[in-house]
Amino acid sequence: MAAADAVMHERNMQKETSRTLFMAKAVKVLVYVFLIFMGVIVLFPFYWMIVSSLKTLTEYRMSVPTFFPRRVMFSNYADAFRTANLGRLFLNTLYVGLISTILSLVITILSAFAFARLEFKGKNILFAGLLATMMIPGELFTITNYQTVTNLGWINTYTVLIVPFLVSVFYIYLLRQNFLQIPNELYLAAKVDGTSDFKYLCKVMIPLSLPTLISITILKMMGAWNSYIWPRLVANDPAHRMVTNGLRNAFKDTTGDVNYPVQMAAVALVSAPLFMVFIFLRKYIMKGVSRSGIKG
Amino acid sequence: MANSMVESRNPWKAWIYLSPALVLLLVFTVWPIINTVRMALLENYSGLKAVGGMTFKFGIGNFTKVLKYKKFLQCMKNTVIICFLTVPISTMLALLIAVALNSIKWLQKFLQTIFFLPYVTNSIAIGMVFAAMFNIVGSFYGTENELIVTAGIINNVIEFFGGKAVNWINYGSTYTANITVMVIYIVWNALPFKILILLGGLQSVNKQYYDAAKVDGTSRRRIFRRITVPLLSPMIAYVVITGFIGGFKEYTSIVGIFGESMGPADDAGRLNTMVGFIYDSLSTNNQGRASAAALILFGLILVVTLAQLYVSKKRVHY
Repeated sequence: MAAADAVMHERNMQKETSRTLFMAKAVKVLVYVFLIFMGVIVLFPFYWMIVSSLKTLTEYRMSVPTFFPRRVMFSNYADAFRTANLGRLFLNTLYVGLISTILSLVITILSAFAFARLEFKGKNILFAGLLATMMIPGELFTITNYQTVTNLGWINTYTVLIVPFLVSVFYIYLLRQNFLQIPNELYLAAKVDGTSDFKYLCKVMIPLSLPTLISITILKMMGAWNSYIWPRLVANDPAHRMVTNGLRNAFKDTTGDVNYPVQMAAVALVSAPLFMVFIFLRKYIMKGVSRSGIKG
Repeated sequence: MANSMVESRNPWKAWIYLSPALVLLLVFTVWPIINTVRMALLENYSGLKAVGGMTFKFGIGNFTKVLKYKKFLQCMKNTVIICFLTVPISTMLALLIAVALNSIKWLQKFLQTIFFLPYVTNSIAIGMVFAAMFNIVGSFYGTENELIVTAGIINNVIEFFGGKAVNWINYGSTYTANITVMVIYIVWNALPFKILILLGGLQSVNKQYYDAAKVDGTSRRRIFRRITVPLLSPMIAYVVITGFIGGFKEYTSIVGIFGESMGPADDAGRLNTMVGFIYDSLSTNNQGRASAAALILFGLILVVTLAQLYVSKKRVHY
């Protein structure tokens, strides 16, 4: 009797485990279906951008859409490049991005070093005060900064696109945290050896915080690429226009009978550098972003 | 101690290192804060008129006027609606995707990369792609006998499943349709950051909790509600707060889809936001009004952030 019970019990257990196994598999399949479905939704706009950019206008307008261009029109890209004057926009943006990144890095490194390694009166209060300004939305500064740069005669120059945003309290904070992790003993040993502060900063601290510096560089460059509001406000002349407001300016209409293939080709050209950066530097971007929460 | 001894020889050194940052911050951050408050408290302040020698009465007139101004109220309504729709939707979706991603091994890295892709985009440029997807080609002026040539891919899909094409963003489209498009676009745009943060949080959760739950035979849903969500609550609070801050400052994604008219062709400005209102006031030289609106925006962000910090102090498990 007892033996039979045990067998029954065993069988039930087996049934149970096979059922849970089946359930686990079903759940796993569902998880993949969900993820792939969401992935397709996320990717679809990119796919549609590329496919549309290669179609002829007549094909784009067909009431039954095609999911692959019948005739591949690379000429749309040439048209887009010409219509939006993208060459000029790219150069402007690169120039502004590079100069502001370099200057911004220098300023950030110097300030982060002072906050991390040097002692001075009012250090903590000053640092807390700086952090507090991060709470304030940028629009609040723009109103006055617009007046300031007008008074300085900076409207429609490269300076106006670079100087007002050189200092980022967040980057200073980020780099200071990184500097603080470098052991004090290294610093003291360097001091004993008679190394100057500046030399120590260049020879030890900068190389040790290279990943953070790379993250800052990428975010700053992406910021230049994506900035729209400020450039449109202060430097919207053809000579200094940056890529985002240039794109919006070249293709003002979004609805109605627009030449979408050319417009999509322009959008693809503007997006391409960002994807390149993403493909090669994904690790740094994701690390930088997860610590910042700042878009671009 | 040793540190300060080495340093005390030259107390000015730190200030030399800090000087470039401090000079720029004084001009472009500290002065604007003071000046914005000043302009907001001078009634009807206009930079142009101030240059002309006009003086302005001190008072809170800018605030009371802005709060009665229909355009501003519309902007505030749009901003709040967008915030309260997009933040919960994107947070829930991101949580689901992050939990799903965390539970798989095969293809995990690949899918993770795909879900991060919308982050590295230009919100104006991709907004133009969304506009193309929702657009109805051929209906220019909304007249009835006009032929619709293409309904746009989204409408094509809707019709394929037997639905009726919707006028999403064109001439004559409804406010609800416009907001729906905006919500879809903003959620799509907000997902990557939230997934990244939440997945990072999940991966740092101690596996022991789950093993213990498994031994006890706890159901999946219970595990999710009793273990995953509480342990993840600091990250959830973080993405919700940053989501609200971003949502209150929403502007460029609307420019991406609707262009600078901030609305469909027959009702420009319908979808304008608080940030848009500030820039409009600025470009018409109404700095007093712009400053008051900016301070109201700051106040709203502050209140929502503090409220959420207060709630999360009670509910978040650190």
